[in-house]
Amino acid sequence: MLPLHTRAVISGALSRQLLKVLDLAEALRGDVPHEQVAVHLDDGIDVDTGVLRDLRFAAVMRPGATDRRPDDVLPVICGLSNTDVVNPGDVIRVRQDSGQLSVLYRRGANANSLFLTVQCNSRCLMCSQPPRDEDDLWRVRELLDLIPLIDRDLPQLGFTGGEPTLLGPLLPELIRSCKAALPWTGLHILTNGRNFADPAVADSVHDAAGFATWAIPLYADVPSRHDHVVQAAGAFDATVNGIYNLAERGHAIEIRFVVHAQTLPRMQHFAEFIWRNMPFVSHVAFMGLEPMGFAKVNRDLLWVDPVDYGPALAEAAWHLQDRGITTSIYNVPLCVLPKAAWPLARQSISDWKNVYDPACEGCSMRPRCCGFFASHGPAWRSRGIRAFRFDEAAE
Amino acid sequence: MPFRFTRIPGVDGKVLVTSEVGEFEFLDETDFRGFAAGTLSPATDAYADLQGKHFLVEGDPSTTLRMVAAKYRTRKSFLKGGPALHVFVVTLRCDHSCRYCQVSRQTADQARFDMSVETAAAAIDLMFQTPSPSLTVEFQGGEPLLAFARIQQIVEAIEERNRVEGRAITFSMTSTLHQADGEVLEFLRRHDFQLSTSLDGPETLHDANRPRPGRESHRRTLEGIGRVREALGERSLTALTTLTRESLKHPEAIVDEYVRLGFPSIFLRPLSPFGFAAKAAQRIGYGMEEFLPFYERALAYILELNRKGVAIQEAYTGFLLSHILTPFPTGYVDLRSPTGAGLGARVYNYDGDVYASDEGRMLAEMGDHSLRLGTVHDSHADLMNSEGMQLLLATGVAEALPGCSDCAFLPYCGADPVFNLAREGDPVGHRPTNAHCVKHTGLFRILFRYLAEADPHVVRTFTSWVTQRPVRRLPDAEAA
Ligand code: SF4
Ligand code: SF4
Repeated sequence: MLPLHTRAVISGALSRQLLKVLDLAEALRGDVPHEQVAVHLDDGIDVDTGVLRDLRFAAVMRPGATDRRPDDVLPVICGLSNTDVVNPGDVIRVRQDSGQLSVLYRRGANANSLFLTVQCNSRCLMCSQPPRDEDDLWRVRELLDLIPLIDRDLPQLGFTGGEPTLLGPLLPELIRSCKAALPWTGLHILTNGRNFADPAVADSVHDAAGFATWAIPLYADVPSRHDHVVQAAGAFDATVNGIYNLAERGHAIEIRFVVHAQTLPRMQHFAEFIWRNMPFVSHVAFMGLEPMGFAKVNRDLLWVDPVDYGPALAEAAWHLQDRGITTSIYNVPLCVLPKAAWPLARQSISDWKNVYDPACEGCSMRPRCCGFFASHGPAWRSRGIRAFRFDEAAE
Repeated sequence: MPFRFTRIPGVDGKVLVTSEVGEFEFLDETDFRGFAAGTLSPATDAYADLQGKHFLVEGDPSTTLRMVAAKYRTRKSFLKGGPALHVFVVTLRCDHSCRYCQVSRQTADQARFDMSVETAAAAIDLMFQTPSPSLTVEFQGGEPLLAFARIQQIVEAIEERNRVEGRAITFSMTSTLHQADGEVLEFLRRHDFQLSTSLDGPETLHDANRPRPGRESHRRTLEGIGRVREALGERSLTALTTLTRESLKHPEAIVDEYVRLGFPSIFLRPLSPFGFAAKAAQRIGYGMEEFLPFYERALAYILELNRKGVAIQEAYTGFLLSHILTPFPTGYVDLRSPTGAGLGARVYNYDGDVYASDEGRMLAEMGDHSLRLGTVHDSHADLMNSEGMQLLLATGVAEALPGCSDCAFLPYCGADPVFNLAREGDPVGHRPTNAHCVKHTGLFRILFRYLAEADPHVVRTFTSWVTQRPVRRLPDAEAA
């Protein structure tokens, strides 16, 4: 798992924090304005940085070099403590003072997401990213600079948080910025949907119709249980109205359902509820619990061994898939799922989530499995984890 | 919220409750009494189940009502766009003399029973006056292929006009297929026709039902099926079974014949009370109480075949189950409320008269012209405001009919004023003795009994019929 941060030596004054890293050939193609490009030079390559300066490039990056060369006339980023962290195509933030270098966009990653805000109006029992009430509008300003530097051939870009609708008019602005800079990139936006119960808010994101999918969690067919899970009274009604308001305005909707002890009792009914009331949704995602954030604190309230809910999950997921609604299962290792559910199981969408256990050693299903969160100790370990021999898996 | 309920024979200790928008739930007697009395404890599963299906609401009902409204709109969405099925009766001529024929046949050489060029042009114009974005053009007779030249002309005129109109158009035809050869097949293929033919079962049964000089209807039908499949592909052809008194003795043999011929679907249709069928009723007819045991046996046999891996479905069951198990309406116009007659379908007769449905036209042949909406020279608005339409609208909404309005099966059933008119001389009908009602009460009881039993294989088979996907294998059977 490649880290997103490292340290670097920066010599010379950078004109901007956000830089697109490109190798020389691509940099010269001119797809990105030169003032925003750090030219990535491998150790062997000899280039006259004076020429690069005349071409108005922002900086050069020599990841392995310990210091600038005597004839370098551009700011130089070098001496990376971990030279693997940055590669051509990435967008980085470089802090001149501390030398901290962060990758904000990684070319070729199997999922790229923008983190919009830490604020939220719900407090889900299993939130993996516990919200905070702090003013973090600087994130949006940075994202508005970042978006034009993202590769235009990126198929999908995620928006996560926090609750993005709390940004008010800045959310539509971010969407418009993506639409202008990345017309071929689909957006996948996580939201609890509650604020869209206000038709004016639903109207405000009209640019997202046909361009974004709104990924909205719903945890039951009845209000009381959903409201309990998200720890907010009235949330179910607001979310349902939000979903209808978006759908009526032509938006694509994905429904997300996290399986745990508080949601499991209504899971089958939830599937029928979606079919009856929201057959227009484009995707339903069932997800295993991530042992992070609030989920760790509430472990005893939430934990069910996935091996015990596997058959019920298969039934609920197929209930929807059979009816023509594309359905996926995430974050549940293959060895604890009935084989019938395997066709619906997806490897996790983000690289960092695929972690395996020593027990996975030699398992023939590893290339297709999402793995599980091995680092979180026995409390989160299913008793169903076991490696498959080749012949078993081939059945 | 309003609900209706009933008890299903064979489902002991349970009460079926249904909602206006087609949700259903089986409740224990105690839970049911608690629910009806308003004393059901919120801590019970039954309470949550009823709440999730919108039988009961807590607090502010606006969100629930919004979902219920969406479900109602979806369920009745067939009303949008007006008539989508347009039947052109291009000729009354036929070369068969079937015992139960619903159409007054004429011998094959009388051209005055063909639709004229002018009538066809006016009918096409009328069809395009309906706002429906998708239109199905169905050719009927008689044997429509006896007027093949007229069919060609109509299809070409419609396609020409549709270059501007841009509707989604499907052509279909009901035919014996005996006349379907070279040139005809090529034409049908080019215009992507959906064909349906009559096949009553094995040879002896079929030929007894469908006399023809030479007694070779079955053989000729099979040859026609073969030619059509070769020219147009398997999917382009379905077959309909008409059941005579004799047929009722042979459910398995009839189903087997369909399986043998590779049909994925069979449509078991009881005789209708129209045309010749009414006159011959004594000889070949029967009551619904005789049809229902036949149907029950046939369905059990079909489910058994599916269990063994033979994929065959009963088409009418498929429609009923779609009404029960999905939030959507079907394209089937004969079981709707408001009725599909005139609202979902319209018939242009060879002589230029326009009827609300095929059965309405047959009623006219029998002397009752009440469902004649007008002629092809009237406008769409004229037809929709005609006395015939007024009659249908006044009597074609099941929600407002005595008996139906309290019936638990109402959300899945439909009004059939045309049938009632033919059988009882009254479009409202008297529910307790009404054949349409006896039939549907019986069918729904059988289907809900299966749903209450919830045998996993039956549930999956039923699901595959309403989703038109292959039956999924049981997860338990192959779990790791
Ligand atoms: S043993 Fe590991 S890799 Fe294999 S299926 Fe289980 S979790 Fe996945
Ligand atoms: S026709 Fe009979 S079964 Fe159908 S809704 Fe009316 S009463 Fe019920």
